[in-house]
Amino acid sequence: MNHWIILPILLPAIVAPVLVLAARYDLGLARALSLGTAVLALGLALGLLLSASDSSVAQVYALGDWPAPFGIVLVLDRLSALMLMLAALLSLVVLLYAVGDSDGRGRHFHALWQFQVMGINGAFLTGDFFNLFVFFEVLLIASYGLMVHGGGAQRVRAGVQYVVVNLVGSTLFLIAVGLIYSVTGTLNMADLAVKVPEVAAGDRALLHAGALLLLLVFGVKAALVPVHFWLPGTYGSTSAVVAALFAIMTKVGAYSILRLYVLAFGPEAGASALLAAQWLLPAAMLTLALGMIGVLAARSLSQLASFAVIGSMGTLLIAVGLFSAQATSAALYYMLHSTLAVAALFLIAEQVGLRRKSAGEALIVGRQFESRSLLAALFFVNAIALCGLPPLSGFIGKLLVLDAARDSASMLWIWALVLSTSLLALVGFARAGSTVFWKETVSADFRPLCAPGAPLPLVAIGVLLASLVLLTVFAGPITLWLDEAAAQLYQPSHYIDAVLGAAGGNE
Amino acid sequence: MEFLLASAIGVMTATGVYLLLRARTFPVVLGLALLSYATNVFLFAMGRLAVNRPPVVDALARGYTDPLPQALVLTAIVISFGMTAVLVVMSLRSFIESGDDGVDVLVQPTEDELGGSAPRTAASSAREASQ
Repeated sequence: MNHWIILPILLPAIVAPVLVLAARYDLGLARALSLGTAVLALGLALGLLLSASDSSVAQVYALGDWPAPFGIVLVLDRLSALMLMLAALLSLVVLLYAVGDSDGRGRHFHALWQFQVMGINGAFLTGDFFNLFVFFEVLLIASYGLMVHGGGAQRVRAGVQYVVVNLVGSTLFLIAVGLIYSVTGTLNMADLAVKVPEVAAGDRALLHAGALLLLLVFGVKAALVPVHFWLPGTYGSTSAVVAALFAIMTKVGAYSILRLYVLAFGPEAGASALLAAQWLLPAAMLTLALGMIGVLAARSLSQLASFAVIGSMGTLLIAVGLFSAQATSAALYYMLHSTLAVAALFLIAEQVGLRRKSAGEALIVGRQFESRSLLAALFFVNAIALCGLPPLSGFIGKLLVLDAARDSASMLWIWALVLSTSLLALVGFARAGSTVFWKETVSADFRPLCAPGAPLPLVAIGVLLASLVLLTVFAGPITLWLDEAAAQLYQPSHYIDAVLGAAGGNE
Repeated sequence: MEFLLASAIGVMTATGVYLLLRARTFPVVLGLALLSYATNVFLFAMGRLAVNRPPVVDALARGYTDPLPQALVLTAIVISFGMTAVLVVMSLRSFIESGDDGVDVLVQPTEDELGGSAPRTAASSAREASQ
């Protein structure tokens, strides 16, 4: 057994209480501990990524050496290793931004951050539904604290709404898990995949109700229309660092959809095959349209970024909803790109807002501000990536999605929608950029507004954009790797054999 | 017993959903609590209803009740308890900071309001408009 698999969960779980107990009043120590942990986590994720690429089968870690399906297992395959890597990278870079800017505005920022990372990593690794629920709760309860970091009436009010929406989501999650358990008698994902084709015809409706209820729950996390409404209020009201980290949370929803509906309700599930496809694809198309229209209608930069999240989730879920290995590979590439790009946009928006003083992040003409040309350049690169213009990764991502949709029955719809919404996004970003960066009100003195210009936030944004460039330059090897990850995902027998075959526990 | 249990779950869920749709935080908190009670009882019933059966190995037992849903319910109770506490604290904080206990998000100040008027809720602006 590979004991490294549990470390992405254990490491933040140990550091977070230490942060609360030992580094409570010492921001410097907290920063050092938190950044150190994030660097370690990145190294760990890299190691796991390499180890997952080496072995063709999934690696299983049985907690307490109890064999599945009786014990709890963690499963590491290419997909989960990729998600761990993305989460670790995002967490480190955004933490770098936070250290230079806003982590001192409220208590326990770093501890909550580590708990959040623990929940995210756990959700990517777990091999059964109930622990998926538990890790969802861990990441949510940390996110409730992070969401209101810094305080303010507007933020707390939006926070209450966010908590209520997610508590209802958790309730539905439990009901769905209960329904699935009552029919199949198992919560282990691999065991479920074995049992779904064998369910009696009379019980199948109950199973489908449970499975589609789960789709609704994951849809809430992934901001799928019509349950996306919580996202603009939440992401637009919270601080930029938190919104940037939350960029990975919508992907937790997408990951769960990909995992469950390919493994247990995939092409090989008999009468339940491709259960989610007929619901997911139309909903994802609506999500894309609505998100990009929102980009066009946004009144502030953070609102623009929030709707860009919804739009990118739409594109991602269209690719997921096609349910083929090629489309899934495209979805994974687009996910890497959109997570990093959207996070960068939230950070740029806050930097602009800080410098523009009274005009803030609103899309109105304001006075000239400090380091405007640098921020304008960053925004420009970011907008190119997010709209999907060549030469950056957004273009490649959308091209892959369009290519994967060629064999689909709804190809015409997908092509028309993706291309026309890209135009909407382009117009929206062009309007926002020209209002904020090109126009200015002329005042008596031309002295630009000064703001505390800490270099670290700009470095963090630069790193995010540089990773987009790297994603573009190394698109060839990355897509080859992702092809294998998707192929592995679409051979559920490997996953099932790895989990249930590990019954001896001594592998 | 089935009827009693099913109707109890139904009534609790219906009441919970009704309370959840109120516009103030206190009924919403109560509604969520009721919903989570309903979910817990529902989960419990998922292991099938059995009377006087032990959940763990017993030499004298004729049959067993499923122990797993009971473990799940226990976990769910702990989590929903913690979540309710968080929600209560956040609602209180929201009430203290914004001066009313509405659930709707404060309206962002628009361009001409940026001069410094206090943020308002959709409900309070509607009230002002109707006066």
